[in-house]
Amino acid sequence: MLERVGLCDLDGLYSDVPKDYIYKGEYDLPAAMSEQQVRDFFEKLGEKNTKLKVLAGQGAYDHYVPAVIPYITSRSEFLTAYTPYQCEISQGTLRYIFEYQSMICRLTGLDVSNASMYDGPTAAAEALRMSLACTRKKNKLVVSTRLLENVLKVIRTYMKYGTAELVFTDDVMSAIDADVAGVIVPSIGRHGIIQDHSGLAEAVHAAGALLIEYCDPSALAVLRTPAEWGADIAVGDGQSLGIPLCYGGPYVGFMACKQEYMRKLPGRIVGQAHDAEGKRCYVLTLQAREQHIRREKATSNICSNESLMALWVTVYLSLMGPEGLRKVNELSFEGAHYLHDRLLETGKFEEAFPGKPFLKEFCLKPLVNMEKLQQALLDAGFFAALEVDGYASFCVTEKHGREELDALVNVVKELAI
Amino acid sequence: MKYYDKLIFELSRPGRSGYSLPSQEKFSSPEKWLADSFPASGKKTSSVAADGAATDEHFSAKRSCISAATPKALLRAAELPLPEVSEVDVVRHYTNLSQMNFGVDTGFYPLGSCTMKYNPKINEEIASMPAFTGLHPLQPAETVKGALEVEKSLDKALCAITGMKSFTFLPCAGAHGELTGLMLIREYHLARKDFARTKVIVPDSAHGTNPASANVCGLEIVEVKSNSRGLVDVESLKPLLGPDIAAIMMTNPNTLGLFEKEIGEIASLVHSCGALLYYDGANMNPLVGKVRPGDMGFDVLHLNLHKTFSTPHGGGGPGSGPVGVGEKLLPYLDNVHTSGFHGNFGVMLRAYAYILMLGRENVKMVGPLATLAANYVKESLKDAYKLPIDSVCKHEFVFDGLINDGGHDDVHGATTLDVAKRLLDYGFHAPTIYFPLLFHQALMIEPTESESLETLDSFIDVMHKIAEEAAEDPRILQGAPHNTPIGRPDETAAARQPVLKY
Amino acid sequence: MSKILDELLYSESHEWVKVDGNIAIIGVSDFAQSEMGDITYVDVPAEGDSVNQGEEFGALESVKASSELYSPVSGEVVAVNSGLDADPGLINSDPYGAWIIKVEMSDKGELDSLLGAAAYAEIAG
Repeated sequence: MLERVGLCDLDGLYSDVPKDYIYKGEYDLPAAMSEQQVRDFFEKLGEKNTKLKVLAGQGAYDHYVPAVIPYITSRSEFLTAYTPYQCEISQGTLRYIFEYQSMICRLTGLDVSNASMYDGPTAAAEALRMSLACTRKKNKLVVSTRLLENVLKVIRTYMKYGTAELVFTDDVMSAIDADVAGVIVPSIGRHGIIQDHSGLAEAVHAAGALLIEYCDPSALAVLRTPAEWGADIAVGDGQSLGIPLCYGGPYVGFMACKQEYMRKLPGRIVGQAHDAEGKRCYVLTLQAREQHIRREKATSNICSNESLMALWVTVYLSLMGPEGLRKVNELSFEGAHYLHDRLLETGKFEEAFPGKPFLKEFCLKPLVNMEKLQQALLDAGFFAALEVDGYASFCVTEKHGREELDALVNVVKELAI
Repeated sequence: MKYYDKLIFELSRPGRSGYSLPSQEKFSSPEKWLADSFPASGKKTSSVAADGAATDEHFSAKRSCISAATPKALLRAAELPLPEVSEVDVVRHYTNLSQMNFGVDTGFYPLGSCTMKYNPKINEEIASMPAFTGLHPLQPAETVKGALEVEKSLDKALCAITGMKSFTFLPCAGAHGELTGLMLIREYHLARKDFARTKVIVPDSAHGTNPASANVCGLEIVEVKSNSRGLVDVESLKPLLGPDIAAIMMTNPNTLGLFEKEIGEIASLVHSCGALLYYDGANMNPLVGKVRPGDMGFDVLHLNLHKTFSTPHGGGGPGSGPVGVGEKLLPYLDNVHTSGFHGNFGVMLRAYAYILMLGRENVKMVGPLATLAANYVKESLKDAYKLPIDSVCKHEFVFDGLINDGGHDDVHGATTLDVAKRLLDYGFHAPTIYFPLLFHQALMIEPTESESLETLDSFIDVMHKIAEEAAEDPRILQGAPHNTPIGRPDETAAARQPVLKY
Repeated sequence: MSKILDELLYSESHEWVKVDGNIAIIGVSDFAQSEMGDITYVDVPAEGDSVNQGEEFGALESVKASSELYSPVSGEVVAVNSGLDADPGLINSDPYGAWIIKVEMSDKGELDSLLGAAAYAEIAG
């Protein structure tokens, strides 16, 4: 090979690099491990983590992952493919993305979905940017402080370097004025309360702005959809649709919008096409919106996203169907309300938001020391009672049976006030 | 590959399902389940009646279902038309779809700027270990010691390879890393109250994400031209530098696969004007084990773990775009929260496993072998394809179309697109085409270090064969691909009347 | 060789202008459409928007490219060709028939800075 390139050694390949930049030191890395050593190494590392029953949420939910999903998503034709630019040999990827887009539209009730975003929080920030692009000459964004803490953090970061004015408020309705381009609210607040957006879309639209709803897509099987609330854009994290917790990622953000804003939707979009023989096929389309063509004029810089995680979601929703997804919600709801009531009976909590409707996640006001509560639960093998604004937040999914919930309640019973 | 024409929605039949969920009343541990299933043993432990009916008041009455406990106005009114299919139908459908896909495991992927190297399988096993996949991102530190150690050790390893001081793993992809890095640059200038620095210099050969990221970060783009040797023109750069410049974004080697040898002078010019140097790590592969961006004066960079560190591309993600900083930006590393939790931890696990198997002794071979492979292919093909800049390249190089495209009189010559499509017929993925924008017929090839000499030779043979076909009759190429599940689609019709959902 | 109509005025960014009293009818030249290839979408301003000479007022999109449209005159957009939404290919098939916007000019003097057919022919090879 060296002969073909006319060199006598590998160093010749770097003859164009000034000598000062050739690294002459020893790399500060361990010596090469065999495959077995690597496996043993990570098994040992894994043992340093504590195996816990997860009864907390706040943006990451411990729903059941059917066995089929990892089996399909680890097929190397999906796993080791690049972005489907060569559509003739990428129909597998393109087809499932088209199915994913269709499913997101059906969950949200909206018209158009993109191929995925990094995660829910970044999708929320991108949706706000999109609302600025859709409403020329407006420069104010209204952000509900009921959003998850990590969503608020990412929005703050993304918006810090632009010129848009951000208004964070618990009362979005009264912050709406003619300068507002976009308003973002959660479908379920971080205290677990299902939000009532009556009249909001009308007010937002009267001001010429866009309404963005941040949703848990799993809950959309039972909750009023973004379209039904009159939202223009829906975003959220697809993790609750069959993706493991995995210490926070990879997850997948979703974003869907009304037809009229299709051209401003960031990210990749797959569309249906036909080849010369009339065979139905799928391609990346509307690419003129994207960074590789529009460069600095693109609405977003997103390029690689979370394609394989969109496949996780697509396979999950195919398995569950409408009934399965409804059942996941009913089971989670039952368990959460059972735990809520039982915890109140212990006398160690007070209701935080009496009478407010919730689904799988709820907050209670602890009458015991928060740290002691959390530690006692950890000692008993539970990750629960996450502190949110001074409250203890719990989350129950279909994975948690009554035995488990009773065991958690018993830990709380033992605590001293 | 065979054509399979169904969508999952078209397999749907009312009432079918592929899920298996417990009923809340009957949900119990396997031990208790068995004991309850055989009550004759006399060891009945459950409070659940034999018929499974709930005995507990909390699982009956008004709070037992969502519709009874929740105001109707908050509930979904619309139908939920998700597909209704059985498990075996789901498995067959997606297996059939997968068979219309080409991956690194299918064949050679000479895709420029994408570093499609082999993805070792042990990495997948590591990433699916329940001890990691079961961790909630908000668990307290003492319960995730193993995960934190992975992050810390990967940080240290990437610092060793790049010469940076510390990394953040929040970015989920390369472009996301660019954005994060530019935010850090803005943090630096803002902290020094140097508010005027609102422009960023981007070479005309840059990846499209560079100007897009700069714009998203509220920075104005100033383009600097390349010279006739394909490198950033230092003389053109000088007048652009001033008190309004926040940074320059460089890709080194650049998208032509050429090392920016004047980087030393560029770095000192940029630093002396008070601006910083950003390194686009998309092209880091040829430097691994040989040159460290930190030593070249870069202040901040992103890496693509899904390129340089062998994690699978997943058909367009999940990736991971960790951002490394030098001394100057270290204080600001925790100020930017560009994703929800800790970044794509599953991808980090794979990258760390890759580095451990590579080890200190083999890391030095990554860049040189990738560079050797690229130069070997370039030298072998330059008799048939136009090589606009003939010098030693790094991990990739760019041809500007065929030397003889077969065009004459009223026959159009074969284009780069035609060559790319014809390659698919021969079982290879196409190179990156029409990028960089500096050449009209750009064909950008990056073989990576994972390919054997035999694979490279068979690719070279096929590229020669395609060149011969073009010279003989370009229509063979223009009608390609012929052997794939579908032919070239009508993308114009698809974009004019978009059908984006079923 | 692309088609250039004698009776129109042109900008260096390849827009054409047909003057009708105080109204400027604006489209893109045959040369521009042939450089772009098949147009898939035309991004246009809303009626009532104001445009300035030399500033961007919209964009043409094809499958693999996007190209900004620059207004040859200043004024207020009084009409937008809604037919292009359903059939953007009209710009390819009939570039001088497929007008994009009509602008009520605020300064007719700006027309003097535009190119005549002969001058435009020199840049639209």
